[in-house]
Amino acid sequence: MAENFLKIENLNVEVDGKHILKNLSLSVEKGSVNVILGPNGSGKSTLMNVIMGNPQYTVTSGSITFEGEDILPLKTFERARRGLFLSFQTPEEIAGVTVENMLRTAKAAASGEKIRLIPFRKELLATMEELKIDADYAKRDLNVGFSGGEKKKSEILQLLTLNPKLALLDETDSGLDVDAVQIVSKGVAKFHNKDNAVLIITHNAKILENLSVNKVYVLMDGRKVEEGGADLIEKIEREGFSHIQEGA
Amino acid sequence: MTNKKNYVEDIERTLYDIKNYDKPLYKSDSGLTEKVVRDISARKHDPQWMLDFRLKSLEIYNSLKLPAWGPPLYELNMDEIVTYVKPDAKMTADWGEVPQDIKNTFDRLGIPEAEKKSLAGVGAQYDSEVVYHSIQDELVKQGVVYTDMETALVEHEDMVKEYFMSLVPPKDHKFAALHGAVWSGGSFVYVPEGVKVEIPLQSYFRLNAAGAGQFEHTLIIVEKNGSLHFIEGCSAPKYNVTNLHAGCVELFVKEGARLRYSTIENWSKNMMNLNTKRALVEKDGIIEWVSGSFGSHVSMLYPTSVLAGENARASFTGVTFAAKGQNLDTGTTVIHAAPHTSADIHTRTISKGGGIATYRSAVKVTKKAPFAKCSVNCESLMLDSLSRSDTLPVMDIEGANADVGHEAKIGKISEDAIFYLMSRGISEDEARSMIVHGFVEPIAKELPLEYAVEMNNLINLELEGAN
Repeated sequence: MAENFLKIENLNVEVDGKHILKNLSLSVEKGSVNVILGPNGSGKSTLMNVIMGNPQYTVTSGSITFEGEDILPLKTFERARRGLFLSFQTPEEIAGVTVENMLRTAKAAASGEKIRLIPFRKELLATMEELKIDADYAKRDLNVGFSGGEKKKSEILQLLTLNPKLALLDETDSGLDVDAVQIVSKGVAKFHNKDNAVLIITHNAKILENLSVNKVYVLMDGRKVEEGGADLIEKIEREGFSHIQEGA
Repeated sequence: MTNKKNYVEDIERTLYDIKNYDKPLYKSDSGLTEKVVRDISARKHDPQWMLDFRLKSLEIYNSLKLPAWGPPLYELNMDEIVTYVKPDAKMTADWGEVPQDIKNTFDRLGIPEAEKKSLAGVGAQYDSEVVYHSIQDELVKQGVVYTDMETALVEHEDMVKEYFMSLVPPKDHKFAALHGAVWSGGSFVYVPEGVKVEIPLQSYFRLNAAGAGQFEHTLIIVEKNGSLHFIEGCSAPKYNVTNLHAGCVELFVKEGARLRYSTIENWSKNMMNLNTKRALVEKDGIIEWVSGSFGSHVSMLYPTSVLAGENARASFTGVTFAAKGQNLDTGTTVIHAAPHTSADIHTRTISKGGGIATYRSAVKVTKKAPFAKCSVNCESLMLDSLSRSDTLPVMDIEGANADVGHEAKIGKISEDAIFYLMSRGISEDEARSMIVHGFVEPIAKELPLEYAVEMNNLINLELEGAN
């Protein structure tokens, strides 16, 4: 079933009439860890948003399937309920909605069951402790007044609590200090198992330290210019993107 | 994948739109004439001074023009307003004696449930007459008076004569004059010196006859160092004739006393709600307004706090939700008239489906009020591009050393925030609802529990059908 997890074929995407993603194809196998590299403006975040169904982007052609199902007609929340999760580069601040309330609502919505408060809270607080998030944050408004690092940890808390099938991590390590990157990296490693998969955008190989990378894609100007194994990361770190551009 | 417009249709609010068979004992002639006023006065067995007051008010009413500002009032035709409808029921303090059809409506609105939750007293106004009324014995022993205005006029005539429309004089504006002429029903509360009423007193007003206006008068006096929480709720069934509500609320907060006045107004969406509310606060006294405006077609509502004694304080907390076909012009007025007075204004307004929500406030610091402190925080949220929100805060500062701050925010609901919540598996409707509930959360937590629940239900009703 591996090839039936996430499959993107010849995807073309526009925003405000501007052609961003160009004939992009890639696939994510069940149980795998995948990395997307590329300079700023290469379309990495756009790709994540399109997979999640952000209505600001228009798919002009191509397909995205998840577990064999065409997900393009699905709304964002329907995709989430199929098991997709996006860790945002800039998480939104939602006033008046606590971290705990949002996660409990989301979990109930995804499972279609009532989530009992006490066991849920116990599990949430345990996860928060692992991520070194102060217990008070459960009662705080979602991301309101959180520092950059706290917001990213809050994303990983959500990932671990909602336990999706495919985690899309959009620069979850950016703006974090060394310790926080370690915590996030361990959180992602804790999440990952043979029945789910991870697709990570990063500029920093440190987040990958606790993970074993299966596949690496390099995006430039909305196109996939190279793909390979984990060794591609080292090569890019050593030589940068310009080398690839010449070869492409 | 194109951007969807967040147009939200008006919905039938069946829970709140319950109509009973119209069975009044007596209806006055349509339109406002001296004969109508005399009829009302005679049927209510007014003392002579009250009849004189009504006739004087009628004279003032005829001499005044409609306000030249605020939402348009051209739909109002006073010639068609039946000003007084006496329901087919007598005063009673026993729920079992309330007629079945009236009871059914109250049951649907949850009145007995509210009482079961040990509220201190319930006075429900059905059309223009109080039909159900009770107060706990304990309060009576402490000397607390909670009754309808008609009874107060008989049993506490001196007090009514002293205070009635002294704070909102009929010459104030056309609808105050109208009120003075045709007022009927309402609540009277007297809290003696030093008495602290621990549980909230509650009244529930509603209108049930097409074309009938409601002109209830609320008069509350909290003596020195006393305290009270009074809750007023309004809900009316939907009719096709324009209805007018021109009630009047006068609150007297004496030295060191504290009064919290909470309202959730949920008039049917054909109601013209032109209500006047005012509080006079003496030295060290505190008035706290909590105000939710959900219903009505047009509202003009600006509860006023007159801070007349040194160190008097006011707080105003308000939520307004204007949906399709609604023009809600709400806010507050604070008059600082003594040194070291302070006020806190905190409002949230929401507009949806082409609704218009205007926040309007006036803060005046007189020369007699050095060291006044006032902070205003008003935020507006528009749920789609059809709706409108305006913020009109006026400040007039004459007193020395005033500390006045103002913070205003107007914005549309964030599509990014909706996307964010949806990416967690929360449906679009629920995401929108969470954001709106989150927006009013600072206000909701000020409300007593059962009213917070009612407000949340009202918000959900307003949001239903969103996609």
